Amino acid sequence: MSHARLLVRALRDPASVADCDWAGLVSAARAEQLMGSLAFRMAGRRVPPRIAALFEDARRDAAQVRTQALWEAEMARRALAPLGVPVILMKGTAYHAAGLDAATGRSVGDLDIMVPRESLGAVESALLEAGWEHVKATDGYDDTYYRRWMHELPPLIHRTRDRMIDVHHTILPLTARSRPDAGALIADSVALESGLRVLAPADMIVHAAAHLFADGDLAGGLRNLWDIDRLLREFASPDFWRTLGERARRHQLSGPVGRALRLAERLYATPVDRAVAGRPRLGDRLFEARLLARNGWGQERRKALRFAFYVRSHWLRMPPLMLARHLWIKATR
Amino acid sequence: MRHRLDLRIGPVAFRIGSAWPGPLDALAKLYAGYPTPEDGLCDFTVRLEPEKPWRRFIRPSVAIRGDYVLPDAVPMALAHGLLAAEMGMNLQMALGQKSYLLLHAATVEKDGRALLMTGESGAGKSTLAALLGERGWRLLGDEFALLDLESGALHPFPRAVSLKNGAIAVLEAEVEAARFGPRLEGTPKGAIRHLRPNADALARMDEPARPALILFPRFGAAAAVRGVGQAEVFVRLTQASTNYVALGRRGFDALTGLVRKVPALAIDYPDAETAIGLVEDFRRELAA
Repeated sequence: MSHARLLVRALRDPASVADCDWAGLVSAARAEQLMGSLAFRMAGRRVPPRIAALFEDARRDAAQVRTQALWEAEMARRALAPLGVPVILMKGTAYHAAGLDAATGRSVGDLDIMVPRESLGAVESALLEAGWEHVKATDGYDDTYYRRWMHELPPLIHRTRDRMIDVHHTILPLTARSRPDAGALIADSVALESGLRVLAPADMIVHAAAHLFADGDLAGGLRNLWDIDRLLREFASPDFWRTLGERARRHQLSGPVGRALRLAERLYATPVDRAVAGRPRLGDRLFEARLLARNGWGQERRKALRFAFYVRSHWLRMPPLMLARHLWIKATR
Repeated sequence: MRHRLDLRIGPVAFRIGSAWPGPLDALAKLYAGYPTPEDGLCDFTVRLEPEKPWRRFIRPSVAIRGDYVLPDAVPMALAHGLLAAEMGMNLQMALGQKSYLLLHAATVEKDGRALLMTGESGAGKSTLAALLGERGWRLLGDEFALLDLESGALHPFPRAVSLKNGAIAVLEAEVEAARFGPRLEGTPKGAIRHLRPNADALARMDEPARPALILFPRFGAAAAVRGVGQAEVFVRLTQASTNYVALGRRGFDALTGLVRKVPALAIDYPDAETAIGLVEDFRRELAA
């Protein structure tokens, strides 16, 4: 059994791992950024003392992760408040700020926010004014590529706090075949007490699914799928499933959302709505194999499969001619 | 991984995997007599692996990876594989250790009173700690001091001492050859030779010590001693810590506790013998 599978089993059913390869489980969990989540799942279980101490540390660390993530969000809020534009938190920071179950032990790296596309220029200026800086040169191909084709600004990093911010204006690159309704994402977002906002529950799932299955190469995907599991379990209701189906169609993302539900069900036994999940597809097994390509040393496995998904991520991201040009520029510089 | 070595150093257990046998053979020899962690359990995993698959055979280069990685770490020559393993363990501690406040400092103990030495690279703390460790003091560690977040005690972490350039000959004159690792030439820090702490340091690696004095040594100038105020000590130690920020409030409480209770001195010294003389004076004063 791959250690990623052991990790999935431990998250799904903590009682089922008693006498396992703990060193391998911990390394796989750290590599997949799931150590905090695992530590909370294993709380109160019989675990060897050395491993129990690591879980204890990870649980304590989670409080600090949360404090830092929320502080970073607050810093962005203060920088952007004068503009009067809606600022929507996304991913990990959103789960923490909204107090969702998915935040339990959830690690947070960058701060992800979404703002209306027409405000991007003002938002970028305000952030630069408040101490954020460009990570890459602003005159190269990468910068132009980001600004023309991506769903986010080139990443910015804060000068003194050393934390990155990704400023999105929609949830998929503009070159992707699906065109999510960014206006609807913003219009239906939910205000928090701080004045910051988060996506509506169904849109949160749509975004997580888009991020995992319609963009990127699924590296570190077990954590994103665990987010989806936690969110679905918290949101589940007949009304929610209906809304989720509608929103997925509206954002042209029924395929990725169905895939997300089926994979969450396969790996984490998430209760899902059949109508939204759709019927099992042959490809689901490949996605599962890709998500589980991690061994007990924390190394990635199944090189060919990973490469195939890497190629797929570029294929999804842009039309063939543009892809050819993009790869040519990357290869020749 | 093809090759594996488990090591326990004080409270911390490592699992080190390598694509080549060489680095682990050297490591096993250097760490002869160290305990093996219980049941194959570990706190951290280190991986020494080829940067690219073919680099296992062709111009082999060792990438230092593990549970925690630095994205732009430069790979090392296979001949320096032992150093890569040491750096891999340091990296896991610096990025992943959350049980103790970690200070980049050398620590020795005598009569139950521990001396904590910290300073810039080149201040001579490793050399002083190694020498004191041969002259009646117990070496707790030359690289990281592990401050207990609850009790304020220092936990031994007696890794092999990393001696650089001129310091190598100083210790070679005092210590039997069997306790040295191979001399590594042309590393990023010049020549390096590792020294295994003595039997007393190993036998008592589970015995914490009370901090009694903080020292900021500086090599090169005429002998001088000055007191250091608590605010300066605090700021310098936050800079010497790799996980102070990550520990949040607990790190602040542990560090302020240390700074309030333990006196601090800055010393300049022209040579190691002068520094050791000063340290022995301080010890007698503290005992009186």
